[in-house]
Amino acid sequence: MEKFQKLRSAAVPLPIEEVDTDQIIPARFLKATTREGFGDNLFRDWRYEPNGAPREGFILNNPIYGGQILVAGRNFGCGSSREHAAWALHDYGFRVVVSSFFADIFRGNALNNGLLPLQVPESFLQDIFSAIESDPKTEFLVDLEAQQFTILATSQSTGFDIDPYKKMCMLNGYDDIDFLLSLRDKIEAFEHSRDW
Amino acid sequence: MGKTLFDKIWDAHVAHQVEGGIDVLYIDRHFIHEVTSPQAFDGLRQRGIPVFRTERTVATADHNVPTRGQHLPIQEELSRFQVDKLTENCEAFGIRLYGLGHPYQGIVHVIGPELGLTQPGMTIVCGDSHTSTHGAFGCIAFGIGTSQVEQVFATQCLLQKKPKRMRITVDGQLQPGVLSKDIILYIISQLSASGGTGHFVEYAGSAIRSLSMEARMTICNMSIEMGARGGLIAPDEKAIEYVRGREFAPEGAAFEEAAAYWKTLYSDEDAHFDQEYFFRAEDIEPMVTYGTNPGMGMGISQSIPEPPATGNSNTFLKSLNYMGLKPGQKLEGQPVNYVFIGSCTNSRIEDLRIAAAFVKGKQKADNVNVMVVPGSKQVEKQAREEGLDQVFREAGFDFREPGCSACLGMNEDKVPNGEYCVSTSNRNFEGRQGPGARTILASPLMAAATAIAGKIVDVREVLDV
Repeated sequence: MEKFQKLRSAAVPLPIEEVDTDQIIPARFLKATTREGFGDNLFRDWRYEPNGAPREGFILNNPIYGGQILVAGRNFGCGSSREHAAWALHDYGFRVVVSSFFADIFRGNALNNGLLPLQVPESFLQDIFSAIESDPKTEFLVDLEAQQFTILATSQSTGFDIDPYKKMCMLNGYDDIDFLLSLRDKIEAFEHSRDW
Repeated sequence: MGKTLFDKIWDAHVAHQVEGGIDVLYIDRHFIHEVTSPQAFDGLRQRGIPVFRTERTVATADHNVPTRGQHLPIQEELSRFQVDKLTENCEAFGIRLYGLGHPYQGIVHVIGPELGLTQPGMTIVCGDSHTSTHGAFGCIAFGIGTSQVEQVFATQCLLQKKPKRMRITVDGQLQPGVLSKDIILYIISQLSASGGTGHFVEYAGSAIRSLSMEARMTICNMSIEMGARGGLIAPDEKAIEYVRGREFAPEGAAFEEAAAYWKTLYSDEDAHFDQEYFFRAEDIEPMVTYGTNPGMGMGISQSIPEPPATGNSNTFLKSLNYMGLKPGQKLEGQPVNYVFIGSCTNSRIEDLRIAAAFVKGKQKADNVNVMVVPGSKQVEKQAREEGLDQVFREAGFDFREPGCSACLGMNEDKVPNGEYCVSTSNRNFEGRQGPGARTILASPLMAAATAIAGKIVDVREVLDV
């Protein structure tokens, strides 16, 4: 996994709530057997017409907006457990998703792929949308070590929560699986201790 | 203080505790399917490691399979490749596979309980959010991502922070025509699509206990639709008797010993829940959804609400716009051209029996296409033995072979752009049943009644009682 420490970037606003993983990556694009290339179909049905032409008005098709941060409404990532949603966002180039609320499975999947789910209070989320509305190129600073997210133009800042273990993994680019493999003796001991 | 059912099972599976409150949770049963496993197998290859406990993982092909002509090679190339990859991976790593053509093949959450692979007190995971289904037996069962599938392959464990506990109690007696699907759609409509996030839900109360095991599975199945990691119900005699005698259930004295343990799995009277909700069964009507998330549901006699005064009314209106519906509108009388009876929510034999009993001797409306897709080969076989396939065929319904089918718009079974589909599945997201498809979630009985009328009806008004 890629390390994540600090990021200074503009952000793409998606002020829609309840963005489910079927929107992030529709099921018909889940047929690949590798992790790469899902970014091409990120938000497929919002981004493209059925004939493949870009849909006017969808935010990813608007060249004014860009950056490695996606800012979205509450309950982002609800629905299917497909990790492909996190892969698609990461493959497209996002490294941070900011929302006022994340669905559990998506949050875990994002963290396992070097994509930071950054939860801010609802009022702060609205401040972020306003900042982008007044200047689409406005930049934000994500500091994982300090657990701070800052709107640079206004110096407004908020802290955010992250599990200390997952924070350590992201800062260093560690996977859960390396850690679990190091515990194999303890797992075997547990198996022996069970009576069924 | 006493323990909740959830805590009893969880605590018995903590293999190790890591500093900072993270548990190494041991997984008893791991189900896999073709869509969320290939990258996990590749991960093992890259690391050069085997599957740690092969006997604890069981595979089937369900998401990508066609629901007719299953004896023929899969037509769609990418689907065929993915299903073939599963076969190849299972052979290479020594995993038991119930693939296409096998008499045990079916939707992963249908075959687990059916084969007795799902037993009370277990921890169960699968790369699929509807793994919560297995909670009906008193299991901690939840959906995971592909990275976690790889972790379970490699170590039979997951790193997990213990979720909070919620209890939802439904007491009382259901009205005629109201099924367990209506109970769960009602609960989600009250709690919203995110109301359970961060929690594991225990369903309790007299209305829940009165349900059959299959009806309980429908409830637990949709726990994820309110954001909960999973849902579970304390195992009782019904659960124990359901497991007894099934292919992978313990036998003889071993079964009695297991059953004695299963009977200890309930929430103690003084157990603490972080969140509690109470509902009355009598308040629940046949339910329909009107929007694009499962929280947007209402009783059939009700009207679509006005946009919320607070919060994001744009999201609400965007959703209604997609559905082609308006605030204040009723869904009763809404013409519908597609009906889907199937999915891990409602494709078990009881669901098919309920639909067939209503349909028997009737004809579908001319405008409607109806698909009935059994959850597994075993359900299909049982349905044929009982003559249900005949009932469906005579009514003009299309009785298919098992798979996830039109629940998720991944295989050939899709609903066309702009069409309404009354569906017994679990998600009404935009495009879920195909690009532009408009899904209305309902019970198998409501779906069957819609198919006959060609429009949405209040099933209570057309039931022979």
